[in-house]
Amino acid sequence: MSVLSLERVTYSYPGAAAPALEDVSLEIGAGELVVLAGASGSGKSTLLRVANGLVPHFHGGVFAGKAIIAGMDTRDHGPGQLAGAVGTLFQDPETQVVMGTVRAELALPLENRGEAGPAVARGVEEVGLALGIAHLLDRPSSELSGGELQRVALGAALVGRPQLILLDEPTSQLDPVAGDELIALLRRLGEDLDTAIVIAEHRLERCLPFADRAIAMRGARVACDGTPAEFLAWACAAAPELATPGGRLLAGLGLSPAAGVKAARSTLRAAAMLPDADGPTAGAPEPRATRRIRRAENNALELDRVWHELQRGPVILRAASLSLRPGERVALMGRNGAGKSTLLRHAAGLMRPTRGKVRSAGRVALLLQNPTDYLVHDRVDQEASSTALATVGLGGAAHAGRHPRDLSGGEKQRLALAIVLDGVGADRDQPVVVCLDEPTRGMDRRRKDELAALLCELDAAVLVATHDPEFVAAFAQRVVLLADGAPIADGSPSEILAGGTYFATETARILGGAGGALRPEEGIAVVSGSQPAEHEVRA
Amino acid sequence: MIYRRRASPMHAARAGAACGYCAALAIAALVLSAPIALGAIAVALAGAAVGAGVSREMRRAALFALPLGLLVMVVNALVVRDGLTVIARLGNLPVFGQLDVTLEATVAGAVLGLRAVELVLCGALYTAAVDPDEVLALFRRFSFRSALTATLATRMVPVLARDARRLADAQRCRPGRPPSRVQLMRAATSGVLDRALDVAAALEVRGYAAARRPGPGSKQRRPYSRHDLAFAAAAVAIPTLAIAARAAGWLRFESDPALHAPIGIPDLVVVAALLACALLPFADRRGIGP
Repeated sequence: MSVLSLERVTYSYPGAAAPALEDVSLEIGAGELVVLAGASGSGKSTLLRVANGLVPHFHGGVFAGKAIIAGMDTRDHGPGQLAGAVGTLFQDPETQVVMGTVRAELALPLENRGEAGPAVARGVEEVGLALGIAHLLDRPSSELSGGELQRVALGAALVGRPQLILLDEPTSQLDPVAGDELIALLRRLGEDLDTAIVIAEHRLERCLPFADRAIAMRGARVACDGTPAEFLAWACAAAPELATPGGRLLAGLGLSPAAGVKAARSTLRAAAMLPDADGPTAGAPEPRATRRIRRAENNALELDRVWHELQRGPVILRAASLSLRPGERVALMGRNGAGKSTLLRHAAGLMRPTRGKVRSAGRVALLLQNPTDYLVHDRVDQEASSTALATVGLGGAAHAGRHPRDLSGGEKQRLALAIVLDGVGADRDQPVVVCLDEPTRGMDRRRKDELAALLCELDAAVLVATHDPEFVAAFAQRVVLLADGAPIADGSPSEILAGGTYFATETARILGGAGGALRPEEGIAVVSGSQPAEHEVRA
Repeated sequence: MIYRRRASPMHAARAGAACGYCAALAIAALVLSAPIALGAIAVALAGAAVGAGVSREMRRAALFALPLGLLVMVVNALVVRDGLTVIARLGNLPVFGQLDVTLEATVAGAVLGLRAVELVLCGALYTAAVDPDEVLALFRRFSFRSALTATLATRMVPVLARDARRLADAQRCRPGRPPSRVQLMRAATSGVLDRALDVAAALEVRGYAAARRPGPGSKQRRPYSRHDLAFAAAAVAIPTLAIAARAAGWLRFESDPALHAPIGIPDLVVVAALLACALLPFADRRGIGP
């Protein structure tokens, strides 16, 4: 029985020149876990909004076709009526958690349905236990971390036992550990409750191994609908920007792409291509302990035993030392709360260390997580100089007259980068260090590649805090792993990313770190017997 | 200032009782005007702050309210012409005419100011120690959407404060001349509207638009704890005492033509009873953990 049925759905947002969905037909059955893939603007989020009734009831616009959700036609039933059958989790948990405490948040959907008090209490307890958030029930929402908030928002989506759960990039704000936990949790819940789950994601390598089915959106239409293996075969041939690194590795070796590390290793093993050595990290360089700060006259940035201790609060940075040479590109990795953002703020002078020193050879530019915060003018060309705009690829008349808030997510990111890179004063003082905090959140692969290429072209040293190992492999010359406010490992990308589990690229995990290969192209070279990848040379 | 569950008798009491307790202190402050009575209420509020573990929040609220109280006192002293004891002659001023500041008007202003400060502190105690979600549940039967809007506004305060800090940090990262206040205001407004739209969408998919009143028998019965009973009793006793004292002519205060605030045995008894009613609920610390 299908829980979601779309029949020739075409939809345009109010005032939009082109439809966001065009002639989309699909059916999703009970208990299915479906991954929705596609570049930004391809129609993934709109499809989810059709399924929960926000389109057209909340957004307006022109809607054609038929959408039946759990037996209800969305033309006759709005989001409020569909809420009993559909749970939705958006990208930003901060705006979804609306009540003061976790218990009240989980109770709200049931209370909206007019459920009796005992039923509400039971529903809250059950979902709290199922999601492992029972200990948070009486905590104020304002004190929860991003991962905890996302779990609470998921709990609120699940508490009414919906037949369909829709998730729009649920892991984009989570570290790899929390992201993997969330996906595994969804898989288990889907199996236990026979709930259909639809996840729109850019990090497909995280979701595809758990999926029953993958649907690719392209230009507002469904371009592919099949099993994860079928999707990967299609993506490798027709849409490489949607193929996972593992899929590209196998396709590059002439094998059928498989979803997930385990399946990819099996495929390689069956073809006698898996570099089989003594251990899972054979061939990978050993991570080094953190280096003592290199005191050099020409360092672009030096953090010397920096402490950040909150008044009546915890220690965020513990004697963190880090130095960057001019032009060096460094990735800062670590779980949520490890101190990455705080370290960047100290580097840029936004915070003062409670102990220790920060020295820089010039201006340190910082691009924070939300690029929209930088945009205050009415036209793109008022935000930054033409030179800075050209550096980030926003030069020319096509962008100059546009309103900054009308730009796409990736364009906003580039515009904000142009703002912080812009020279000041008569001598156009350029930054010597550019720091970026989680710049790839919600970005598709093409935009990530563009950003990585842009960072590689900059003359300044680059320090990027990120959870994204694939992005790190694309731009970094050096990786610093942070834990509990101090660097615990410092080395080349091969040293840090090839031997790990969470902080490792999919290629490295498939090949067990063999040859220090991080990207599919390097993996192909390692497997086919070419010279092992030399990241330092490449980067 | 936000609500946070703490290990205190007031936090352990149900919202209705705790809310009633705050309202009772506010009523007492409004009904009684004798300085000794207002002093007792101030002591009761300080004791409640300590007992509920919200001293820091109350101190912050007091720092905000004290200038307001002083302003009330000064304005009253300048505007009110009552009283015989002139303490300052400010001469002839346009519009105001002859301006004499009297001791009686100043003291009456101080009493009004203290009352204003106490009302602010009652509000602060409510904000810091009464669970807003429980209050929402209380008012759900009467006006669910209004109550939810109020809760949402409370919840959004820290979110918007964080947004504002983020915006300020981003502007500090901009090289060159900072943008004008008008530009910043427009950017902040756009951000708030975006947030509002996201929150509205989240509420829609939670079924807010189709929210129904709970049916009969839907209220979950929760047994009354010792703290529920203690705070409910205080909530009844405090205004009863205040109204009874006023009706009996005790705890009087007059400021015209001269200051008159007699303190007799009945006045002291009422003040002691008020303090006891306000502070006794905090004495029992059993079962207060979150």
